[in-house]
Amino acid sequence: MSLLRRRKPPINESDKTSEASDSKPQKEREEEEEEEEEDGNGKDKNKKKIPSKIKKHEEKRPKWSCLDTCCWFIGCICVSWWLLLFLYNAMPASFPQYVTEAITGPLPDPPGVKLLKEGLKAKHPVVFVPGIVTGGLELWEGRKCAEGLFRKRLWGGTFGEVYKRPLCWVEHMSLDNETGLDPCGIRVRPVSGLVAADYFAPGYFVWAILIASLAHIGYEEKTMYMAAYDWRLSFQNTEVRDQTLSQIKSNIELMVATNGGKKAVVIPHSMGVLYFLHFMKWVEAPAPMGGGGGADWCSKHIKAVVNIGGPFLGVPKAIAGLFSAEAKDIAVARAIAPGFLDNDIFQLQTLQHVMRMSRSWDSTMSMIPRGGDTIWGGLDWSPEEGYSCSKKGERKNDTQIADQTGAASAVSQTRSANYGRIISFGKDVAEAPSSDVGRIDFRGAVKGHSAANTTCQDVWTEYHDMGFGGIRAVAEYKTYTAESIIDLLHFVAPKMMARGTAHFSFGIADNLDDPKYKHYKYWSNPLETTLPNAPEMEIFSLYGVGLPTERAYIYKLSPSAECYIPFQIDTSADDEDTCLKDGVYSVDGDETVPVLSAGFMCAKGWRGKTRFNPSGIQTYIREYSHSPPANLLEGRGTLSGAHVDIMGNFALIEDVIRVAAGASGEELGGDQVYSNIFNWSEKINLQL
Amino acid sequence: MPLLRRRKVTDSSKSTNSESTIDKQDDKKNQSKRFRRESYSSEKWSCWDSCCWFIGFICSMWWFLLFLYNTMPASIPQYVTEAITGHLPDPPGVKLRKEGLTVNHPVVFVPGIVTGGLELWEGHQCADGLFRKRLWGGSFGELYKRPLCWAEHMSLDNETGLDPPGIRVRPVSGLVAADYFAAGYFVWAVLIANLAQIGYEEKTMYMAAYDWRLSFQNTEVRDQTLSRIKSNIELMVATNGGKKVVVIPHSMGVLYFLHFMKWVEAPAPMGGGGGSDWCAKHIKAVMNIGAPFLGVPKSVSGLFSIEARDIAIARAFAPGFLDKDVFGLQTFQHLMRMTRTWDSTMSMIPKGGDTIWGGLDWSPEGGSFKCSAKKLKKNSTHNTGQNANSNLDDMKSVNYGRIISFGKDVAEAHSSKIERVDFRQDTVKGDKLANSSNCDIWIEYHEMDNDSIKAVADYKVYTAGSILDLLHFVAPKLMARGGAHFSYGIADNLDDPKYEHFKYWSNPLETKLPNAPDMEIYSMYGVGIPTERAYVYKLITAVDCYIPFQIDTSSEGGSEDSCLKGGVFSADGDETVPVLSAGFMCAKGWRGKTRFNPSGIRTYIREYNHAPPANLLEGRGTQSGAHVDIMGNFALIEDIIRVAAGATSEDLGGDRVYSDIFKWSDRINLQL
Repeated sequence: MSLLRRRKPPINESDKTSEASDSKPQKEREEEEEEEEEDGNGKDKNKKKIPSKIKKHEEKRPKWSCLDTCCWFIGCICVSWWLLLFLYNAMPASFPQYVTEAITGPLPDPPGVKLLKEGLKAKHPVVFVPGIVTGGLELWEGRKCAEGLFRKRLWGGTFGEVYKRPLCWVEHMSLDNETGLDPCGIRVRPVSGLVAADYFAPGYFVWAILIASLAHIGYEEKTMYMAAYDWRLSFQNTEVRDQTLSQIKSNIELMVATNGGKKAVVIPHSMGVLYFLHFMKWVEAPAPMGGGGGADWCSKHIKAVVNIGGPFLGVPKAIAGLFSAEAKDIAVARAIAPGFLDNDIFQLQTLQHVMRMSRSWDSTMSMIPRGGDTIWGGLDWSPEEGYSCSKKGERKNDTQIADQTGAASAVSQTRSANYGRIISFGKDVAEAPSSDVGRIDFRGAVKGHSAANTTCQDVWTEYHDMGFGGIRAVAEYKTYTAESIIDLLHFVAPKMMARGTAHFSFGIADNLDDPKYKHYKYWSNPLETTLPNAPEMEIFSLYGVGLPTERAYIYKLSPSAECYIPFQIDTSADDEDTCLKDGVYSVDGDETVPVLSAGFMCAKGWRGKTRFNPSGIQTYIREYSHSPPANLLEGRGTLSGAHVDIMGNFALIEDVIRVAAGASGEELGGDQVYSNIFNWSEKINLQL
Repeated sequence: MPLLRRRKVTDSSKSTNSESTIDKQDDKKNQSKRFRRESYSSEKWSCWDSCCWFIGFICSMWWFLLFLYNTMPASIPQYVTEAITGHLPDPPGVKLRKEGLTVNHPVVFVPGIVTGGLELWEGHQCADGLFRKRLWGGSFGELYKRPLCWAEHMSLDNETGLDPPGIRVRPVSGLVAADYFAAGYFVWAVLIANLAQIGYEEKTMYMAAYDWRLSFQNTEVRDQTLSRIKSNIELMVATNGGKKVVVIPHSMGVLYFLHFMKWVEAPAPMGGGGGSDWCAKHIKAVMNIGAPFLGVPKSVSGLFSIEARDIAIARAFAPGFLDKDVFGLQTFQHLMRMTRTWDSTMSMIPKGGDTIWGGLDWSPEGGSFKCSAKKLKKNSTHNTGQNANSNLDDMKSVNYGRIISFGKDVAEAHSSKIERVDFRQDTVKGDKLANSSNCDIWIEYHEMDNDSIKAVADYKVYTAGSILDLLHFVAPKLMARGGAHFSYGIADNLDDPKYEHFKYWSNPLETKLPNAPDMEIYSMYGVGIPTERAYVYKLITAVDCYIPFQIDTSSEGGSEDSCLKGGVFSADGDETVPVLSAGFMCAKGWRGKTRFNPSGIRTYIREYNHAPPANLLEGRGTQSGAHVDIMGNFALIEDIIRVAAGATSEDLGGDRVYSDIFKWSDRINLQL
């Protein structure tokens, strides 16, 4: 509009005489008037032209009032919104693909299509076991404030309610912090069926691509089962409250029976891996505590367990989450906008509320690192010792700087991170040799008076029960390894850990025949259970590598402890040589699970006949090296190795489909390894 | 807006004038020309501008309303309703929770035909991007976007009655399968919500969703649906401490569940191998809602000329519309072709022939049902005088037994006066009626010639028995498929080993109920709505590419109260299922120990008198008796919840009857 207008003045000026005649439209006249005015003031027309344009605009503006502009603006937005919506809906579904192909050239066939051409067909029924967080939860009974949300998703979907009524949402998502079950008058239940976890939020796939690929070779709902469970509960409580384990058992039996006795291929993801370990022990155990399926249930019903991104030995991230409710992402956000998260938004202290909610979820404790110092390393050693973060760069920048990095990594190897110290207070502590770290044992410390005054007691976190003495004692122990971390958590959150230890165990069994290991709390720990007696079964561990993954943290005391969580990740700590960034030491992994946790059991703990694997179940490791999506059109990428995005990795999907269509681990090509997992596993001195 | 602008022009020109001296002349010009200018600017406010404004306004308002709607608390509609109509009664779930009822027996829902969602698992090119999207149910968006593609994917193979090659459409599973049919149109949702009030959740509620297009046995062959239902019922009983399930089938689900009960007892290859006491061990009660036990006459007109009353009336209003080639397709024929590939439609052809549905000159309902009954109730006492007249009208009685008549006179004439020419002798169908080039659409009418169409019309009147022959005559392939899966007769000897075949399992007149004396069977249905019972047909002249028979919508009964309206004779029922079909088995066929019910399972009839919603705010009403709307009937929901929470039928009060079902049943001469 303004361009058009601007172009006109020169013509007008040229025949100014005719301007007097009335035939000209009003707008032009206005412009002419202005132009004249400027001409009167100015000396050189041509030079003046550019500034005059600016002036014109300034003078126009008062006419075109703010209200008008607003109206126009709103109108435009709304119209274009509808138009885009309409276009989007009218667009043929294959349009994005055309665009992508036009830009990047023809895409490879998606794995389902490719394998269909190879002649693969649906064979073994498959069972999906979703992980933590990815499964939808819906409301079945709620308080007054949640009216109208009956059978609507509280978790997953659009998360609309989080914004609309955050306090109400938190209240409904929390569990009872004594029993770990429903609070009085609230029933939130897992969504069932494939929709439970195909998409986490609109457009954010979890299982959808795998489902679609399997459907290509003939799978449908009678041969695919989503073992959705309430991921907030401890594993045994899903059976107590919802009989989920019984449902899974019954459905696997049904699928095997209706598919001509073909055994099921189970595909757990993330925490689902632990859940399914628990299931396999549960189904064999006798009736009151277990499912009473008998010792040969697994060998009769399961062909293979294809674990994706399995945190077999826990994840360090869980500690940061439990200790101070921060993952790396939150810590970084806090560093960028210090006031934001700590301020009282909506009258609530966001972090504390989140912490209070997530602490009522027993399942978070299932992922505390297991195996203590034997697995995760002590003060002065760790299995990953010598891992250099610059490796990624080396690979990318190719050979020309190989000499440089070679030299650099040689140096950095001498100065490697002490990954064994999962929590250190202060960067200097994290780097000092163990003899220099002066530690004062916190275990006996008196917690003293309540640190916080009662005004903030509406938000329940156990930190308020701790006195300054206790907080000090924690900080003065300086550094914590995997084993002492459990003591630390017991110290700072005794109630929560009391609930947790009733359902989970984090040790290593000395004698697996000890009758105490028949208790369900050991079932999800691979270091305290034996695999089922199913020599024909196969266990795969599929995970991404090549992404920096949280492994150890540097903490600091928060400046003001009142009403705040007294510990914080020290985001100011950085050190490129030792993989330290924003207070977090990282190591190879899939962004959530370190390689060690995902690979160790299949690489060593269960390899061959060991005491954890008495029947000699075959284990395979399949690693997928991460490469980021080439362009935006690829979305989350078909070569990703990230914890959730790997579910869209074509290579992984192809492996899964081949197994489902009947291939064995050998036919896939056995192990596929990019990381140093075998090397690292060797360093772990575990009696097998 | 234009006003604002106009006013400003003067302001600004003034201000510029005050600033510069040179412009003074122009200012004068301005002054003198102001009038003209204004007229000009209003001219500039052209049609184009108005359009823009209008579009902008509409769009903005739309967003604004959407926003308001989304932020509105969920309880507002209720507040509004309460403000207008006074305090609403508690919904049954809340009421019964206050009485202290809690979850007890697990419940199983068996949805009916049409109400269950279907989604695409594999399709042709044209259905790209619809993977796992609903083709049936939901918004039906694809029906409008690509109707031909949609019809192609919804059709089954017309030889096997299973998937056509390259297409897999599968039922949606879980409670979402049939809680809402379309957005906002509830089916099971109200019942589910009320059960949840007393503590039910997904582990104690199971939606036995199945592909309602398939014949019942084929759902097992293709999807193993019957095995799934069996396994899920067993699981629910086991995880709920051995408490037996309450099964709630609706509409065609009733027949499906009859089939299931026979299947589960039958030995393994054909059946589920559950043994003869499976039902006794796992089922507490079967609460049939709107059950078409003996079929529905509607399905006859559906199969014969795919018109239900609703379509027939639409055709009368806008004659050209439905017959025209919309989107280049003959809508009706496409619909017909699609629905004829669905074997399940044949499960609802009236069963029991003339014995149940009446012959040429008698019918169980004959003469006694007054179509004016509804009016009578509404207009209260002051026009009972008038109604005396209408009673006289009704004394003339309707020949309901003649389910299809060609011409109104035939329908009303005495049987001795009707000259019928048997169409069955005319076995040669001759050349094809339509030349195949015109009609690329497959329907069997094209294989009939004019003579055989004439022969059909010359037979004049069809009763329930001869209708089967008629369908066999006009659609032999269809009925051959149907005959392999369903049977419509009455068994003489139930111990005959042929009745072990699955095709008899969904016909209550050819099977025995399971040996489960503790089980209870309820038949719950609405009454008080005129329901299609018999039809007046006519031949269409232009038969090229058209279905040659049509309901004669011009035939009306003499008075306002007549049961004949738009070519359809109606009887009492729930708008789809006549009382006779829904009630007879529980009123007589199974009552006490009969040969159909050897173990003496107790049966109960619960009728719900239809009352239309008092105002628009009530939506589809809480006292409706209509076939689907009854699922929101508070009285019915209360009955179901009580039984689910452990009550026996005696606690409910036994039978509850408004219609003449017992009287009508007595007239049916069936050996028990």
